[in-house]
Amino acid sequence: MTLNALLALAPLILLTLTTVGIMLFIAWGRRYHLTGALTILGMNLALLSLPLLWIYNDGQPVQVTPLLVLDGYALFYSGLILAAALGVLTLCGAYFESYEGNREELYLLLLMSTMGAVVMAMSRHFAGFFIGLELMSIPLYAMVAYPTKDSRALEGGIKYLILSAGASAFMLFGIALLFAETGVLGFADIGAKLAEGRTPLLLTGAAMIVVGIAFKLSAVPFHLWTSDVYEASPAPVAAFLATVSKVAVFAATYRLFLSVGLFQQPSVIEALSAVAIASMVIGNVLALAQDNVKRILAYSSIAQFGYLLVALVVAGDRATEAAGIFLLTYVVTTIGVFGVIALVSSPMKDRDVEHIEQFRGLFWKRPYLSSIMVAMLLSLAGIPVTAGFIGKFYVIALGVEERLWWLMGAVIVGSAIGLFYYLRVLIMMFQPIPTRDRVSEPLNWIQNAGGAMLVAAMLMMLVMGVYPEPFLELIRASTPMLG
Amino acid sequence: MSPTILVWLLVIPFVGGMLSWQSERYSRFIPRWIALVTQLIVLGMSVWLWFVGDFTLATPSATPAFALEYKAAWIPSFGINFHLGLDGLALLLIILTNLLGVMAIGCSWKEIDRYVGFFHLNLLWNLAGVVGVFLALDLFLFFFFWEMMLVPMYFLIALWGHNIPGGKGRIYSATKFFIFTQFSGLIMLLAILALVFFNHQATGAWSFGYFELLKTARALDPQVAWWIMLGFFLAFAVKMPMVPLHTWLPDAHSQAPTAGSVDLAGILLKTAAYGMLRFALPFFPEPMREIAPFAMALAALSVIYAGVVAFSQTDIKRLVAYSSISHMGFVTLGIFAGTEQALQGVVIQMIAHGLSAAALFILCGEIYERLHTRDLRQMGGLWARFPYLPPIMLFFSAASLGLPGLGNFVGEFLILTGSYAVSPLFTILCALGLVLAAVYSLILVQKAFHGRPQKADAHSHGDSEKYEDLNGRELGMMALLMVLLLGLGLYPQPVLDVSAASMQTVEMIYAEPSAAATLPTPAVAATGVAP
Repeated sequence: MTLNALLALAPLILLTLTTVGIMLFIAWGRRYHLTGALTILGMNLALLSLPLLWIYNDGQPVQVTPLLVLDGYALFYSGLILAAALGVLTLCGAYFESYEGNREELYLLLLMSTMGAVVMAMSRHFAGFFIGLELMSIPLYAMVAYPTKDSRALEGGIKYLILSAGASAFMLFGIALLFAETGVLGFADIGAKLAEGRTPLLLTGAAMIVVGIAFKLSAVPFHLWTSDVYEASPAPVAAFLATVSKVAVFAATYRLFLSVGLFQQPSVIEALSAVAIASMVIGNVLALAQDNVKRILAYSSIAQFGYLLVALVVAGDRATEAAGIFLLTYVVTTIGVFGVIALVSSPMKDRDVEHIEQFRGLFWKRPYLSSIMVAMLLSLAGIPVTAGFIGKFYVIALGVEERLWWLMGAVIVGSAIGLFYYLRVLIMMFQPIPTRDRVSEPLNWIQNAGGAMLVAAMLMMLVMGVYPEPFLELIRASTPMLG
Repeated sequence: MSPTILVWLLVIPFVGGMLSWQSERYSRFIPRWIALVTQLIVLGMSVWLWFVGDFTLATPSATPAFALEYKAAWIPSFGINFHLGLDGLALLLIILTNLLGVMAIGCSWKEIDRYVGFFHLNLLWNLAGVVGVFLALDLFLFFFFWEMMLVPMYFLIALWGHNIPGGKGRIYSATKFFIFTQFSGLIMLLAILALVFFNHQATGAWSFGYFELLKTARALDPQVAWWIMLGFFLAFAVKMPMVPLHTWLPDAHSQAPTAGSVDLAGILLKTAAYGMLRFALPFFPEPMREIAPFAMALAALSVIYAGVVAFSQTDIKRLVAYSSISHMGFVTLGIFAGTEQALQGVVIQMIAHGLSAAALFILCGEIYERLHTRDLRQMGGLWARFPYLPPIMLFFSAASLGLPGLGNFVGEFLILTGSYAVSPLFTILCALGLVLAAVYSLILVQKAFHGRPQKADAHSHGDSEKYEDLNGRELGMMALLMVLLLGLGLYPQPVLDVSAASMQTVEMIYAEPSAAATLPTPAVAATGVAP
């Protein structure tokens, strides 16, 4: 391994060092705030190393072992993953403050899971893909079930563990089938071998891999776990599930789809389109009947990934750009929504503030925090001035360009249905409440890390919605030709 | 005159709304005054523009021309610009918007007592969004404003609306309004994007600009153009609203606060007609001509159906809401007839209907404030109990039924005479709507003000008791609207002059190529509009 390649691994090495350091530190003495600060420091260093690497490598891709590659695409998605993980971290700080039990290990799990996500964003080989996936998923089971005295959380954790293991098995089998036919595991190598001919076995393998991916992205009909697991997990963990894990899986999958022509033949594309349409429509329809805001958000994330699958169906130059901007806006918005839930819920009680009735009149009690929630919900609904509109605009532009009228019809119908439940949550916050309850919010909420992060997310979301040009340039510069 | 004034027209209400919201913590009155002053400033600016601007064109051409244009790069990678433009049509509608904005603030002075600052934030932002729609010359920007005005309107209905017994609730109505308009808006977005991609194919450049897309749209394959036109048509038909797509409007009106109704009927509906005149007609003259018989049939259906339904309403606000649908049917008819007379009539009708509907909704609000009911069956005999309110209501009802001498008459007359040559059948059908208008307007006055007092008065003491009549603020507002309607009815020429150039352009584009040379002359002679 050359020095250059070693240097390119800097983000991962920094994350690993932080993980080991934290582990030793916890063994030495339990200090919640210091542990949190060290974790944040480590992640920030890893995040900072990304632009430096970009400059150092002059934007050229660096191959690190056959498993990983560090190109602009990997750097962009690693950055997005790390930023999202940092957002979740700041929420954890206040949320787990009053948790009785060992709090420090959560940071450890979060770090490892993030590391797995970064590996996925960099992988160009099925081995890297799978290692990343498992490294990301296994700590997540523990994170979902972290409040071990809460039977709901345990149930959710076990449910996620079993179903996710099933999906991983599917994917592994698919990879094995591909390997049996081609004898290689690198994305590019498989792509090259497949130019010669395709057997039914290969298609079976591809189908099994798609099933595994669809499960991880919680696309219909592999979505059944989503709402239960989101409901059961603590709010920051749900935010992590909805952002980091999904972004990582999507980033790796998109690279896979671009490199291996097998995934671009009509049958796969048709199946994927059907999955996308089903996700948009069914995800939105199922959300209508929910009273639990976390479950609503779970179904909404199913629908949002339905919109995003349009980019996977197209898989080309403009699709890369569209996927980048969509995920960027999605991450900022989702962290914001879950952040508000986490902030109003902490200090941790038996359940989060998650039933829709608990949001009644929130605007009159905590105007600024609910303003953030309102903006984020409007962004999820894709109303102009918010980031969500730009993301959806790009997806629709892509669909129109490729003349995918069925998918576009589903996007529009899905958005119209989606409005109904976003508005339902939104207007609940404005319901009148007795005047005596109109306590003005404590002013110190903005001073803690979670509050400051939310304000930053809100500002970033508005900037993206009103002046997205700098973000578009960033995405275009970092994700040139792939494949 | 610097074109940056167009930007100020948008920025001032936004800032005013924010200030109004933040000032709520100090007093309940400061937000009202801030909002009023803000709105008066923008109204003053728009009226000033009328006096200093020159909106006549030396030679009307087939490309729309604008007196003032402001352009700044916004999202260059997609060719999106912050491009505003002002012509006569836009100016008239902006003045109407800002005037009714002042009225809306005035009529909620007493009515709104909860969350006053936040209310005015929504009201001002909604008005700013509408002004943005009238100014936008970039289709992305147009869509941006088109959607942006929905959110504040949603809040106005959902938060300050009424829950009428027997109705479905204000949140239901607000959500219905939002979903209808958002859904149709997204279809329009598809159409806009399709147009943009065809432009990209033809020229190799990304652009959402009005003039670029105008050129592309005219050169499109007719089949494709027809489908894209449908996207625009649908969005505007929902907002107008045309009859099968109208169901959101009566619900929204019956639950909305007075200011919201003024805003909806007076202004928001006009954005649809504006969209047709500014975008749909100039972009797709051929396909629009193809569907003109269908659209005019829908217009006639709107006029008659809504007229009949209005007659059977017992809620006064629903009655006025259906009458709005009926009147907007005339606007649709005039747009699709496309002669200069009809188009000029459309402009007058839009302004006159904006003024009269706003006045009627304000009066409905006043009645509700005093009687605490809007049910016609519980009113009656009110004439003796207010010295001023009933005659004023009669005046605006007369305006709404098209009494000569008032603005609505001029509008309807011009539309009907201008449309007769194009489609006698539908014009005659629409003219029947005038009879219906007389019936439902007079029944409103008859049931509310004449006859025996009904049980709404049960809790009051005796028949002779007087209700508190309109106060100075309310009388002033009504007087202003009455003067404007009379002015529009007796001497509409200044308004016609301002919009003449824009309308001639639309007419030239829409006219059949062979007839284009001959049509304008008789039309000018008939309306007396100097070219």
